[in-house]
Parts: sequence; structure tokens; C-alpha cells
Amino acid sequence: MPNHILEFPGGYTRSVGPVIGRFLSELRDGRLVGVKTQAGKVLFPPVEYDPANGHEVTGEFVEVGPVGTVETFSWVPEPLPAHPLDRPFAWALIRPDGADTAILHALDLGEFERGAKPPKRLKAGLRVRPEYRAERKGDITDIVAFRPEVSMITSPTRLEYDLQPGKALDRFFEAVAEGKILGHRCGVCDKVIVPMAGFCAKDGVPTTEEVEVADTGTVTTFAVNNLPDPRAPEVPFVSAYVLLDGADITLLTLVAGIPADQVRMGMRVKAAWKPREEWGPTLSNIRWFEPSGEPDVPFETIEEYL
Amino acid sequence: MKDVAIVAFVQTEHSAEDTGLNETELLLPLITEIKQQTGINRFDFTCSGSCDYLLGTPFSFVSALDAVGAWPPISESHVEMDGAWALYEAWVKMQYSDEVETALVYGFGKPSQTSVRQVLGLQLDPYYLVPLGADQVSLAALQAQAYLARSGAKEGDLTAVAARSRADGRNNPHALHLDDPADDAPYDVAPLKVHDVAPSADGAAVVVLATGDKVREICERTGLKPAWIRGIDHRADAHSPGVRDLSVSPSAKIAGEKAGAANVEVAELHTQFSHEELILREALNLGEDVRINPSGGPLSANPVMATGLIRIGEAAALIHRGEARRTLGHATSGPCLQQNLVAVLEA
Repeated sequence: MPNHILEFPGGYTRSVGPVIGRFLSELRDGRLVGVKTQAGKVLFPPVEYDPANGHEVTGEFVEVGPVGTVETFSWVPEPLPAHPLDRPFAWALIRPDGADTAILHALDLGEFERGAKPPKRLKAGLRVRPEYRAERKGDITDIVAFRPEVSMITSPTRLEYDLQPGKALDRFFEAVAEGKILGHRCGVCDKVIVPMAGFCAKDGVPTTEEVEVADTGTVTTFAVNNLPDPRAPEVPFVSAYVLLDGADITLLTLVAGIPADQVRMGMRVKAAWKPREEWGPTLSNIRWFEPSGEPDVPFETIEEYL
Repeated sequence: MKDVAIVAFVQTEHSAEDTGLNETELLLPLITEIKQQTGINRFDFTCSGSCDYLLGTPFSFVSALDAVGAWPPISESHVEMDGAWALYEAWVKMQYSDEVETALVYGFGKPSQTSVRQVLGLQLDPYYLVPLGADQVSLAALQAQAYLARSGAKEGDLTAVAARSRADGRNNPHALHLDDPADDAPYDVAPLKVHDVAPSADGAAVVVLATGDKVREICERTGLKPAWIRGIDHRADAHSPGVRDLSVSPSAKIAGEKAGAANVEVAELHTQFSHEELILREALNLGEDVRINPSGGPLSANPVMATGLIRIGEAAALIHRGEARRTLGHATSGPCLQQNLVAVLEA
């Protein structure tokens, strides 16, 4: 607690004069006005003299804005008690359309935790508008803060379905619920298609011969993902095509249990199954694939599957 | 123009924390020291610079006069500004008054007792700026952003200024001894990181000006060379930050030209923020060969209200010791380098 305070109780009374007084009166009514200088520039907010040469301004007031452009800015990660907002915000010099000079005010970019870094959208050139207080009294704080112009909305998107996998996939999921991975062997090309679709997309013939493949395989190719995904253990994570032993089609899956920058083409992996009691008719019974510890396979053996 | 020289300069060991001394107590040992150095007990003119709002007490600067010894009455004046402007007033007085051959100039501040950024916020336009709670650092950060956007400099360039200043400051017994800027240093007000803001300190500085025969008399006693004021000028830009291009400093440019900033070897700049060095270097047209703030500058210790006077004092001290022949001292006041004073000194 301070042991000494310098304060004018209730605030220090100041006459505003006709120029600033006009601005504050218009502001109370929800309008922004500037004043014309003898040189024809619009000073905003208005002052009595042209800062360029000291000449008295004209009596001509013109409405400006309300939209304005951010000329420069600073970002306050830890607001002080005297600041206009109690969460991180920007200070900005804002030049309203129709004005030749800028006003300093707070720029509200939304909710941020204290200490937040400056948001990327904070840039010179940002178009902003004043947010007025409901109860105005003729004071610069009648504007709570400026806010960016609306440039984006979120539109609701939701439809409901009850999807059926089809006969062949039904059988696949039935087996997955028991911890088995099934495929069909094509009678024409002899390739094993996992999961099976009931036909060979290459030869255009129905397939029926069921083959169980292993839950071990080889990474053919992969990508490092830096955007979070609820299925992945952490960021960055690796999504990879894995050629299961005995299959001729790769499976898109996650790879974990190894730093993202150490994943390799040709790396041997094995499925990490969820606990048995959590299994259902879904491939998410396999959380992801992890390194099996076996030596990498040569590129030639996976080349065909890329 | 009458030739006036800076013949003596002393300063405190500035402290980031309250050392228990009040402002008069900070000042008294310095006044005593400089009286002993110069052999002068009463000066023809005395002028001080300070800010009563740092203490929150009207006319608090008057009590500091007790350190000078003001009886029988002395010829005295005060500016509510950095001590550099007190030096300017004394210099002007010496130009026009033949009775003033020696002048005592001091600046002092004890910012550890309050929030400097908010005190300085109160000096702003009361209609459009003060009600918003705009503070000194927030406004400076606007200028930093404007400079970075215009020049293409990066935040790392600001950190480099802070790092060099801190390294130099560690060799200055009067400065705070600060570590190199941390790689993960947080923003104070972005784009300024914590090391880009001059660290407030409690401290004071005293300078003696002399003219005519007094210069030789004093210098014979001290064994130091006089630092002649070859040019001194101060200029102001418009107050409102919204009516000028913050990325440049026209007032510093004019003051530099009027004072003769060309061909200096060293410049001590009143950089309260890292980016100000870059703006001032450009405005004063200081080439790569000009050494900036070898004392560590304000980024190594900012005894508010003495910091600008210390820049001129440090520039003079290099000449006193024969380490440079032509130096520059700069001081600033107001938001975003609004007012700039440049003094050019020569051996």
C-alpha cells in the first residue's frame, strides 16, 4: 500500500474551449468530427492550432470515420490499473477515413490471457471502428476502445447421418472388434486388399477370399503434422502410410513412440492396441503404430507401394 | 557566442533499489565533491532540473537546495525537466550576463518511490491522452513499431543495442551492472522487450560550467582539460503522437544540425528505449565510426531527471581525460522523443 498519494479528489476540472468542446459534444452523440485547418487538412482529434505551423484552425468541423486505419501500434501484455482494458490490448494510432491525422486509443482484439504475445492480426492497415459506451458523458473514454471491422463470421454447419459401411466393411469391422485385420485376395491380380471392399478396384472383379494380415508393417511414407489433432498424443505428430505384413495396400495411420524427426521410410512398426475392454467395431481400436525395433527394410521393397 | 566550458562532472553510483537516502542526501555528497574539485564554494548561478511528481510533493525541488547552501541568498533557477535543460538555461544566462562566470548545474531523481511510466503519462495532453491512461512505455512502443515498420529493422536489432549498452555499462562503476538480455525475455509493451526499456534508478549528477579566466583557474586545479561547448540547441516536435511520423525525429535532426553534430567521435544519447538509439543515429547522421554510449547509456542506468545531464557530463568527461577531442551529448524530453537537446563539445 502506498504511504503517500497525490490526487485531485473527484478529478481536476478543466475548461475544454470551443474546439475540443465541439469534438467532445459530437462524441457524446456518437459522432467523430475533425476540424479543418487553413491549409485544408482535417485535424483529428481537433485542436485549436495547426501543429504544422501554429495557425489558428477554421471553424469548419467535418464528420470523419467512423471507420479508420491503424497506422502504428503497441501491444500491452500486462495492462496497468489506469489502462482502459483489464486484459491484453493494443494501443494504436488510428486515422479515421476523411482525417489527415490520427488519434491514440485502445484497440480491443478480443480475449487474451495476461502476458499474451501480440496476435498476428495486429498490423498497420487494420480497419477499425469505435465501440461507444452506452452511457456517454463527453469524454475521450466515451469510446471504450476501437475494434476491428467485421471480416469473418462463423457459420453453423451440422448435418446428421447414420452411415452404413456396406457388407464387406461390416465384416472387416466385425473382425477388428475381435482384434483381427482382414483383407480380400483378388483372384486376378493376387493382391491383398485391406480393408476389403468386396471387389478389386484395379481389375474390376468381385473378391471373396478372406486373408488375415499381421498387425505389424512398414512405414512407406509419412508427414509431420504441426496442427493439433484430438487423436494424436502431442504436436508435432506423424501420420504415415503403413504397409501391413501380408497386405498390398497401405493403411493411413498415426505413428507415435518416437520423436517426429526420427521417423523414416522403411521403418518397421507394430500396432498399439487399446485395452481389450475398449474395443469396438472400429479401426480406432489401434491407437497408433509404434517402432517394433526390427531393422529398416530396403527402399526397393516398399517402392511399389508409394 | 561566448565560450563556455564544462569543467567538472560528478555523478552518484546509481541504484535500482531505494538505498534509504532521500533526494537531498543523494545530492549533498556530489555538491561537496564538486566544490572540493573546483575550489569554488559559491557559484555565480545555480540551476537544477527535477520532477516534483516523482515525489508527489509540490516544490519538492526546493528542499534539494539545502544541499547547495543557499544563504546568504544565491541566484538560482529550476526547470521541471531533465538537468540537461538546466544546463541549457545556465549556458544562456552566461551568454548574456557578464556577472556569471561559474554556474552549478544539477539534476536528480528518486524514481524508486513510484511508477515512472505513469508519472510521465501525466505530462501528456489532458483532454485526449491522460484520460486513456496512456503511459510512457506504451507510447514509446508505438514509436518502436513505427520505426521497425519503416526501416525494416527487426526486434533483434533492438536487443543488440541493449546488449552492447549493458556490456559497456558493466565497465562503468556508476551504472547498474546488468546481465546480457535473455533469449526468452518477455515483452514489456510489444515490440519492446524488458531489456529495451531503460531501467529506472535513483541518482543525481552535477556539472560545473565556467567561462573566461575561471576556466583556466579551475582546470589548473583539477588537472583536467576543459570541454568547450561548441554548439547547443534544442527543438520540439508536435506533442500529439498522432500528428507526426513517429518513425523519425525531425527535432533531433534540426538540433543536431544547429549544434554542429558532424564529425564527433563519441555520442552519448539519452536513449530511454533501444529503438531511440537507431532513430537518433539516423537523425543526427552519426556514422558507423561514431561510438554510441560507451558509458552504457540510459539502458544501463536511468536516474530519471539526471540521465540527460549525465549524457552531456559523460561526453565532457571523455574530453576532460583527453580520451576524445570532439563529442556529443544528447537529452530528450516528452513522449516519443518529442523534444531533443544536442550539445557538441570540443577539447
